[in-house]
Amino acid sequence: MSNKDYRHIKETIYHEKLDSGLTVFLLPRPAMSKTYAIFSTNYGAIDRSFVPIGETELITVPDGIAHFLEHKLFEKEDRDVFTDFGKQGASANAYTSFTKTAYLFSATTNIDQNVKTLLDFVQDPYFSEASVEKEKGIIGQEIKMYDDQPDWQSFMGTLRSLFKNLPVNIDIAGTVDSIAEITKDDLYTCYNTFYHPGNMTLFIAGNFDPEQMISLVKENQQAKEFAKLEDIQRDYPKEPEEVAHKEYKLTMPVSVPKCTVGIKESIQELEGEDFIRKDILQDIMMTYFFSKSGQFYDELYQEKLIDSSFYFETNLEKNFGYSIIGGNTDNPDQFTAKIKELLLSTKTMEIPTEDFERMKRKKIGQLLRSMNSLENIAGKYIHYHTVGVDFFELIPTIQNLSVEDANQYLQDWIDEERLGVCKIVAE
Amino acid sequence: MVTINEEVKNQNGITLHLIPNEKFKTVNIVVKFKARLNRESITKRALLPYVLQQGPSKYPSRKELQIALDDLYGAVLSIDGGKKGNHHILSFRLEVANEKFIPNESSIVEDAVKLLNEVIFKPNTKDQAFNESIFNRERETLRQKIKSVIDDKMRYANMRLIDEMCDGELFQLHVHGYEEDLDQITPEDLYTYYIELLQEDQIDVYVLGDFDSNKMEKIISPIIEQEKRTTSVKNDVEEESTSKRKEPREVVDKQNVQQAKLHIGYRTNIRYQDAEYPALQVFNGILGAFPNSKLFINVREKNSLAYYASSRIESHKGLLLVFSGIAPENYQKAKDIIEEQMKAMKEGDITEDDLSETKELIVNQLLETLDHPQGIIEMLYQQVIAEKELKPDQLIEQIKNVTIDEVIEVGKKIQEDTVYLLTSEGVSANE
Repeated sequence: MSNKDYRHIKETIYHEKLDSGLTVFLLPRPAMSKTYAIFSTNYGAIDRSFVPIGETELITVPDGIAHFLEHKLFEKEDRDVFTDFGKQGASANAYTSFTKTAYLFSATTNIDQNVKTLLDFVQDPYFSEASVEKEKGIIGQEIKMYDDQPDWQSFMGTLRSLFKNLPVNIDIAGTVDSIAEITKDDLYTCYNTFYHPGNMTLFIAGNFDPEQMISLVKENQQAKEFAKLEDIQRDYPKEPEEVAHKEYKLTMPVSVPKCTVGIKESIQELEGEDFIRKDILQDIMMTYFFSKSGQFYDELYQEKLIDSSFYFETNLEKNFGYSIIGGNTDNPDQFTAKIKELLLSTKTMEIPTEDFERMKRKKIGQLLRSMNSLENIAGKYIHYHTVGVDFFELIPTIQNLSVEDANQYLQDWIDEERLGVCKIVAE
Repeated sequence: MVTINEEVKNQNGITLHLIPNEKFKTVNIVVKFKARLNRESITKRALLPYVLQQGPSKYPSRKELQIALDDLYGAVLSIDGGKKGNHHILSFRLEVANEKFIPNESSIVEDAVKLLNEVIFKPNTKDQAFNESIFNRERETLRQKIKSVIDDKMRYANMRLIDEMCDGELFQLHVHGYEEDLDQITPEDLYTYYIELLQEDQIDVYVLGDFDSNKMEKIISPIIEQEKRTTSVKNDVEEESTSKRKEPREVVDKQNVQQAKLHIGYRTNIRYQDAEYPALQVFNGILGAFPNSKLFINVREKNSLAYYASSRIESHKGLLLVFSGIAPENYQKAKDIIEEQMKAMKEGDITEDDLSETKELIVNQLLETLDHPQGIIEMLYQQVIAEKELKPDQLIEQIKNVTIDEVIEVGKKIQEDTVYLLTSEGVSANE
């Protein structure tokens, strides 16, 4: 096990890649009461076409299966794993995103036992036809709940406007129809391919001794047998530069129309230096223009096109990236036209040095704030590790960015053909 | 056991709570104003956060205020209002990076305190009134907020349940205020009310972070050293008398929704300051707070009726609320199953394992809350609202000592009050 000190933020990370291929990170935080552990596979909703382990032909599985699998791993032949964690004083949960499925717990007691439970339940699937059928009712209600949430519909609608082929345009939970097709064999196929330890990361942060913890994890893993590690062949469809739909319109019973403008930020595979520069600059641009200190925010506010529901978000993953600007507005057409006009005007703008330095300070403060939370650190560390970036080195990376870097980025940031719109209006 | 070190001092009617703590990389400052809920003032108190967040007189626009915050390494300022029992709490929160972790910086926290002081005590006013154009604009912002509650079905259903259940009680008042009252308020009225609030509300200031208390007391002094305040703190936690229903009432609303929301309200007749409160926490835990609680197991896992089915308590009002999202046609079945779980609780269908596991989960949850800066502050503030000293470690100790008999005793006091259903149009509620 190797360790690395990050003096500027008073943190130490311990790291080891086990023989099985499992990547382990340990972050001791003795001042905290709790320990948080997350066991994450590099498998999410966009991995719908792949070559199953040990086979040669590409298959496509029903939409929503990664999320369905996440639900089903908690149920064993004789019990529910939530109950096991409950007995051990831990609160457990899981989530599925476009690119990852993660299982986690936090606890202040029985840490060793809880870590074992986490590893064991994820690595010991039990799927039966009956339990698969039962889950369809529960997930069906989860989907219906999202169907009634205008904010979620507006988010997915924007992704549908942006992406033509990449399955980020499909709801993570799938649809009532797509999940109806899922069988227990499908679940095993996905499980066996994507839950190999070589495709997984374990991150534990909190109140524990790292040496003792790594021995526990190793011992647990050595007692299990895993198939030979192979490269997983995933097939992502080719995505064009331009958006799929310039405008995507939905009707829902909303009190005020909702409107969002999306920016198709990336369709290329990015890693390391390239990834992190884009990641930071994309975020800084959005913050610079659309946060409450931003010139664009101010204009939108003055022209009464936005209210307190206004928001923006930006996300960069290995294979894709997007930014979203939206909110409730009585004038969706004017809102859209104005945002597009503002975005297109950035091509000839230059950010003053003083402003850029302020943005850097803001971003550094945000990072320090996010490090108060073990959940946040673990999630971010894994996210960045997947693309070959060290989360704890972000602060020095930001400090080293120059205003020239920013202005160069700004010139190529926006193209009209990469802007999509989603409008939600009442019937 | 984790002991939170809280140093409390009173000065000019303002209570300062210093909480030195090495866990965090930021310093959190929270200033809380507490007053009794009142229909006359609720809309004004709902509007104040919007107006004040547009900047004090030194930074008289949201943009200028935000630039000042960004300069302080992205300090985060928020102002919010909330209901706790019969009180409304207006909270100013500021979180700023601790300069300890940033090379060549030494006054970020001090500058942040000065900024917060401006925001609270030196608002952007002219002739004894808030800036009119900002006022008008933010009044519209709040109007939109009030109107759009209906778009969030879970929140809407919760609001409707409280409307029906607590009809005529202070707790019924909507935290966002009332649209019909908005038009009556002028920039002068709002400012006059704000002066009154600064004078008369109970004020508590919390400062939490990795710092030296003596130094911090000096740094925070601009906020603490206000002119002598006119009103001393009133003791007013007395309970309102509420009408006790003989039979639970059923209320059904219909809208164009995919999923029905079934929310049930119970009176616990137990509040934070009561001796039975720890046992009520345990009761709620076994019934519905966790994924191994009766509601989750029976409504979701065994009967596949819902994605979520849970309960929570309103500690300062004495309510227990059950929530679930179901298919409209499953209303009767889901309601029966939920009521069966409550009945089982009351009849003492609780094992020693249920008890010990739930206690451990609650303790775990409380300890985790104490790993978050805002969590620590909110937990400590519970004591101010309840006017009862019950330190986090005392509460934890009491939870650990709860017995099955005590949980059953709690059950005897709990009464079902209102069943609220928000369902789709065209479905009969009794299907």
